[in-house]
Amino acid sequence: MTEIGLGHYLTLGAVIFSIGVIGIFLNRKNIIVILMSIELILLAVNINLVSFSIYLGDLTGQVFTLFILTVAAAEAAIGLAIIVVYYRNAGTIRVEEIDKLKG
Amino acid sequence: MVAHAIFFYIFSIIAVISAIMVTVSKNTVHSVFFLILDFISISCLFIMIGAEFLGMIMLIVYVGAVAVLFLFVVMMLNVAQQKNQWFNSEATSSSHIPVGLIISTIIFFELIIVVGGWKYKPELSNPNTTKISNEISNTHSLGQVLYTDYIHIFQISGMILLIAMIGAIVLTFRRREGVKTQSYLKQISRERSEGIEVLEVQSNKGVKIDD
Repeated sequence: MTEIGLGHYLTLGAVIFSIGVIGIFLNRKNIIVILMSIELILLAVNINLVSFSIYLGDLTGQVFTLFILTVAAAEAAIGLAIIVVYYRNAGTIRVEEIDKLKG
Repeated sequence: MVAHAIFFYIFSIIAVISAIMVTVSKNTVHSVFFLILDFISISCLFIMIGAEFLGMIMLIVYVGAVAVLFLFVVMMLNVAQQKNQWFNSEATSSSHIPVGLIISTIIFFELIIVVGGWKYKPELSNPNTTKISNEISNTHSLGQVLYTDYIHIFQISGMILLIAMIGAIVLTFRRREGVKTQSYLKQISRERSEGIEVLEVQSNKGVKIDD
């Protein structure tokens, strides 16, 4: 219990990943919260990469975490820009009412 | 080791609780604040485990840029006005929730099975990988591999950021009507003949200037 190993960090990553997936399904009102859930999922991936990197003594995981951070920032910027444009055109960002693609 | 365990449990419990609050919070602004709390506790974990540079970068990029961007968008989209409307129609849309919960639980248990059954075989690892050295700092060792071995990926990630910036600007840019702006082409291509005109002024008549 007092010896924190790789399994503890991987479990934390799994918990946060699952909470992010639950957030995508659970949230039916606001598409911004769905974007935040995607950020949570990317955060869980980062936790896994960093903990593997530290416990295996290999620096490559941290380098990859840096690139995931870059991609996450770009994704957040593009996603929020799309939401702003959609809100300007449709006047709503409720998940139920975003049905213009008829999917 | 006990201190490590205590800090790990404190930060991870805060991270998990704030992650739950991000998803279940009714107010979007509260969700953004809990997201910031989540990022801060995870970056504390990173600093504690020995990845100081990534912990600090997480603080700067996520808390300083991404979360503030979320706050700005929440502010611009007038989410608070639509809140009451959302509460009323929440009961009609609950058919997705059991499916989502089942799928997430399955994903969670699959990940736990992987964590429990995972064993590290040293002979399978690549001997050419970059080892973490204890003599130089984390930032120093990251910089040594980032600008040499991973220079192409580094530049590609810079291109991704540039494309994301241009894409965001192009998406949200709109040309407003009725705004007086300079036209450089018109200014430069102006000639003397269309600019001034020499008139013969007659006595007691004056000149009529139309503009």
